[in-house]
Amino acid sequence: MLRDITLGQYYPVDSVLHRLDPRTKLFGTLVYIVTLFIADHILAYIAAAVFLTAAIRLSRVPVKFMVRGLKAVVFLLLISVSFNLFLTPGRPIFTIGFLKMTWEGVEIAAFMSIRLVFLVMGSTLLTLTTTPNQLTDGLERSLGFLKKVGVPVHEVSMMMSIALRFIPILVEETDKIMKAQMARGADFESGNLIQRAKAMVPLLVPLFISAFRRATDLAMAMEARCYRGGEGRTKMKPLHYERRDRMTYLVYLLYFALCVAIRFL
Amino acid sequence: MGIIKAVNLIFDYIRHDDEENKDEINHALRGVSLDIAEGSFVAVLGHNGSGKSTLAKLMNGILLPTEGTIYISNMSTSDEEHLWNVRKTAGMVFQNPDNQIIGNVVEEDVGFGPENMGVPTKEIWERVDESLEAVGMTAYRLQSPNKLSGGQKQRVAIAGVMAMKPRCIVLDEPTAMLDPNGRREVIRTVRELNRQEGITVLLITHYMEEVIDADRVVVMDGGHVVMDGTPKEVFSHVKELKQYSLDVPQVTELADELRAEGLALPEGILTIDELADSLAGILNGEKAWQSK
Repeated sequence: MLRDITLGQYYPVDSVLHRLDPRTKLFGTLVYIVTLFIADHILAYIAAAVFLTAAIRLSRVPVKFMVRGLKAVVFLLLISVSFNLFLTPGRPIFTIGFLKMTWEGVEIAAFMSIRLVFLVMGSTLLTLTTTPNQLTDGLERSLGFLKKVGVPVHEVSMMMSIALRFIPILVEETDKIMKAQMARGADFESGNLIQRAKAMVPLLVPLFISAFRRATDLAMAMEARCYRGGEGRTKMKPLHYERRDRMTYLVYLLYFALCVAIRFL
Repeated sequence: MGIIKAVNLIFDYIRHDDEENKDEINHALRGVSLDIAEGSFVAVLGHNGSGKSTLAKLMNGILLPTEGTIYISNMSTSDEEHLWNVRKTAGMVFQNPDNQIIGNVVEEDVGFGPENMGVPTKEIWERVDESLEAVGMTAYRLQSPNKLSGGQKQRVAIAGVMAMKPRCIVLDEPTAMLDPNGRREVIRTVRELNRQEGITVLLITHYMEEVIDADRVVVMDGGHVVMDGTPKEVFSHVKELKQYSLDVPQVTELADELRAEGLALPEGILTIDELADSLAGILNGEKAWQSK
């Protein structure tokens, strides 16, 4: 279950999308999300679909990786779909007891799920084509102005990048602890929700302890390699916009204009 | 004076209770003096709790000595001013390969040290290229460290230290969590760095097989240096080593047993070839005697 989360899993191939500046990609994702939320017409969804498909093709990442990322939100999707189906007032299709499915509900549910699926696929694409370090670099640079008001931007971005690095390690560790406890008769699968949640406690305790131990080790290793915060640090991969980034911004502008136009037509 | 010089080092781990009183004092080092020559390969042996890891952490200022001084190329680690230069000069590789890799991509991790030191971008890339080449990991430079084997991760960690251009590398049980293949991989890499790049290596370990090729072996027990010499000298004292709960290499042990049974074998046999040669010598001698 936990392995299905593809967020923070970089897919190493060389493509146009991989080579783009992370700030460009971050901004693009933002634009894309905004257009998804202002979309209220089928044409806007088609535009978003075209935009997404083009991006996926350019990224050279197999589609199955993005689909894998969707599995994590299936539950959320199901809930929102059923709520929309039955709780939207309008022309009824049929009723079961107090539940009433409406035409408007179907329409909203359909758009809602398309929106959600596109949203997850779009943001997964960002993390698949951008190494977490580039991503945090991009965020650090884009949000650099916050440093002036005392927000520790470098520290936060370092924390994020380390968190991302340790997700797969901790997932693996959880798996190991689970198996070790299952081998001694622990039961994580049967019982109701509360019983299952209780069964997780003996799992979380060793996991937390090990995470703290790792943190101590890592802090020591970082200090041993002369880490002392953002001051006086140089970058191995400094960010600078290339021609392709300027072109991409142009594409965003056109796409955004198109979506806004659809909205107000 | 060598690149590392420890003068009468004492280190205590002090545990405080709730009222900040000294609750428990653990004497990890009780007066260690060492002088390590530049370019040498020194192995530090000792069982758990002998103080060998503490010694390693003192060498690049992660821990500061309670008493005594440790100099890394004439800079005292206790001197705040020199701390970062000390860490640049003496790089450190730790036991757990997962907990010392910071980057999400191999090459980014190798570049982490130089980035912290403020090396210009172009030079960082040169250093990363060189270091990855030196440990033979160039083919994996764009991979995620999570997909590597333990031995490969440890080589990446070594590359990360190499990129800081240290004159000395301290490895704190780098092979303890690896399988035999990974162990060989790491030790081979370290030895090559020592021979080809002339980097001083201080290898802390409890695997005997890894110390055979060292220039010098230091044995620690209970916070003291108890033996110090070439591998041949140290391994001649099988009984003494056992007293410190250390094993000797299998071949050395076999030779020792044979000698106890009355065979005229020399002391300090470390490799299978040496033993085979000595035995062949004895057998030929006997044949010559019989044919007379």
